[in-house]
Amino acid sequence: MDTITESSMDLINRNISKRYRRERWFRRCGLGAVLLSIGFLGLLFAAIISNGWSAFWQTEVLLDVHFDQELFAVDSLAAVNYGALVKKAMRSRFPEVKGRSDKRNLYKLISTGAAFTLQEMVRKDSSLIGTSQSIWLPADDEVDMFMKGNVNRDLPENERRLNDKQIGWIDSLIAEKQLEKKFNVTFFTAGDSREPELAGIRGALVGSFFTLAVTLLLSFPVGVATAVYLEEFAPKNRWTDLVEVNINNLAAVPSIVFGLLGLAVFLNVFGMPRSAPLVGGLVLTLMTLPTIIIASRASLKSVPPSIREAALGVGASKMQAITHHVLPLAMPGMMTGTIIGMAQALGETAPLLMIGMVAFIVDVPGAVTDPSTVLPVQIYLWADSPERAFVERTSAAIMVLLAFLISMNAVAVFLRKRFERRW
Amino acid sequence: MSPTILLPALLGFSMLAYMQGKKRALSLAVQGKQTGRTLHSQPGYYGMLIGICCVLPALCIFAFWMCFADSILTAAALGTLPDAMQDLSPDKMNLLVNDLRNLVAGHVAARDIDPVLEQAAGQYLGMQQMADNALAVVMFGTALFTASFSYMKIRPEMRARNHVERIIQLVLICCSTIAILTTVGIVLSVLFESIRFFQHIPVTDFLFGTKWSPQMAMRADQAGSSGTFGAVPVLAGTFMISGIALSVAVPLGLMSAVYLSEYAGARVRAWAKPIMEILAGVPTVVYGFFAALVVAPFVRQSGELFGLGVSSESALAAGLVMGIMIIPFVSSLSDDVLNAVPQAMRDGSYGLGATKSETIVNVVIPAALPGIVGGVLLAASRAIGETMIVVMAAGMSANLTANPLQAVTTVTVQIVTLLVGDQEFDSPKTLVAFALGLLLFIVTLILNVVALYIVRRYREEYE
Repeated sequence: MDTITESSMDLINRNISKRYRRERWFRRCGLGAVLLSIGFLGLLFAAIISNGWSAFWQTEVLLDVHFDQELFAVDSLAAVNYGALVKKAMRSRFPEVKGRSDKRNLYKLISTGAAFTLQEMVRKDSSLIGTSQSIWLPADDEVDMFMKGNVNRDLPENERRLNDKQIGWIDSLIAEKQLEKKFNVTFFTAGDSREPELAGIRGALVGSFFTLAVTLLLSFPVGVATAVYLEEFAPKNRWTDLVEVNINNLAAVPSIVFGLLGLAVFLNVFGMPRSAPLVGGLVLTLMTLPTIIIASRASLKSVPPSIREAALGVGASKMQAITHHVLPLAMPGMMTGTIIGMAQALGETAPLLMIGMVAFIVDVPGAVTDPSTVLPVQIYLWADSPERAFVERTSAAIMVLLAFLISMNAVAVFLRKRFERRW
Repeated sequence: MSPTILLPALLGFSMLAYMQGKKRALSLAVQGKQTGRTLHSQPGYYGMLIGICCVLPALCIFAFWMCFADSILTAAALGTLPDAMQDLSPDKMNLLVNDLRNLVAGHVAARDIDPVLEQAAGQYLGMQQMADNALAVVMFGTALFTASFSYMKIRPEMRARNHVERIIQLVLICCSTIAILTTVGIVLSVLFESIRFFQHIPVTDFLFGTKWSPQMAMRADQAGSSGTFGAVPVLAGTFMISGIALSVAVPLGLMSAVYLSEYAGARVRAWAKPIMEILAGVPTVVYGFFAALVVAPFVRQSGELFGLGVSSESALAAGLVMGIMIIPFVSSLSDDVLNAVPQAMRDGSYGLGATKSETIVNVVIPAALPGIVGGVLLAASRAIGETMIVVMAAGMSANLTANPLQAVTTVTVQIVTLLVGDQEFDSPKTLVAFALGLLLFIVTLILNVVALYIVRRYREEYE
């Protein structure tokens, strides 16, 4: 008997260190999974930020531009050949450059947008004509990439986008402090462009703003109304069950299916304009409604019945009890849900591709029916562009988008913390 | 008057009506003091009633006209065209309508414009101008009429509050039906176009065909003109990428949930959970860019290290990133179900001498399994319907392959590539996108319904 007890105790004792080892191993696996997930997030942010931060600076060239009286001897200011002004300035900066192909290479250093800058300046102040000015003009995106260290000058000449002579000119400009990186204002004030150095996110931001405004105006009232009906008035029957099942399912329908709905119904049946923030907002409304309804219902549910009963007890009608007492108390929770829904809508891309918001649009939209694009779609479009300079602009646009999303979520968290009431 | 100013104008008008109604009710109340006829409701309700009476009918007229204006005007403009242009084939008619629309919108057509068409466009614009003005007149006429009619009917005995509340309740009911209308709209829009597609291509060819090449001939005699619409390679690609994503997300998500709910202290949990939730909040287009910029080159380089040829748009890269995206879905749903397992079951296991990990593996997880499976199904439906990551990181070529290092395509990628840009809604090439959409909707719907059912059943078990 003794020997048996001893041997089973031995067995347990022999196994116990093995079991503890397994316990430690299991625990480390769990911790590892958490750290790995967070590590992915860190990697994502690191990749975006390291690629994108440089886009907030843009290389500019200081040129002495002579607004030649002769060139302005035309009927309208718009007909002036501003490109010639820029070329002339470049030639006078590098008088030693001769030969057609060398000259062409020299002109390539400066952006095609420089001519527009001059045009704008003259349009604002026509007294410039005939004078000479030192002006900072945007450099070409290849020069910009070179300045940011993305072009390796040790590569053989034919594998580089800039040849040796061009690099020589750039070096001489740098030595004279005529080539510098400045804060990239264009990125925030311009619409889309095929030229990376002229492309900005203003058009996409305004488009996103219009789209979200339509979404908010429609989805918040409708969502709250639905939640109030389902939570406070609806009788328990098959119809309300059906509505509820529907809402839960809609919350999980792939977003692209909403895009198909928008294409087939809003564009083809109702003939609404393509690429318009109005249609985008309608589609996103349908998509965010379930989120808002579910959050609003939870918020209404958390208001204790005693509030309603007290209101009814002093003679309020049911509607009065709800509009005067329950809704104000539930409002912070509803707003939190709405902000989270809006954040989802802001980041959404796929359904908007379906309704044509993916077009190349240079102008900044001025109304909800103007063709426009939104920030995530702009990111998608830039990510498809082959130029190296668009990679950093894509990342920078992502940083702007993430900044908006994070601040929206922070507001939601703040609202919840500030106004949440425990009953 | 342009339609965009009409709505604010109507709103202002109804505010005016509200104030007038309230004023009248107040004066009635003052009179009532002498005659003993007291108001039934508070004065504001009389005002509200008149405001609503003023807005609602006019708004209905506005909505009706907005929905049908374009088709009515187009039909009228086409009616002015000469007879020879009236009975064209449907294709040419479509072309004509398109030209007309472009002219009306002021887009410059590339081709020479038929003067007749130009005239029709002019007609359209003229009619539109007239119709807009007429709409304004009709709307405000109606608003004025209904408002003054209800204004005349104000009496102290009128049960204004009850009327207003009934109207509000009706509005609430209308709002709650929007969810159902959306579902119906989705089903109908996808179904109708799919049926038109299946008139061209048999259902069996679509579901069981193994070759995907959605091309349609521009001319009838073009070589290699007939497209094949076999969805099997597309579906295989979708399931492969989703499978890769799940094999990343399920272990990571489940282990994180176990650690956070069973081991981690309150402070760690308070920090780690929101950070992991951020993963779910990052827009998918950002993940797509990340996949194309960082993960795909990494996968390619490490494949080359082992001497493997990796396509630059491999299924593996897209699947990995999608897996990262759905980690929080798995982990937060698993977290919920793990927390729902009663503490008594754990205590029982500890009492028998089991270690914590043995308790988790042998007791807690089996008890929570239905809920976990439900969460995984929800994550799977999310993965199948995910669009941007695969559009940016997976390929377009429909390979029927089991090799995750090759490029595959998915249902969502095909929908996007087929529908972005100009479409013609009578070609199978466009319509097939809706058939794919129908397939996607059905598959995700089944997954969702099953998952929600399992999760709900499970919750009831422990409540």
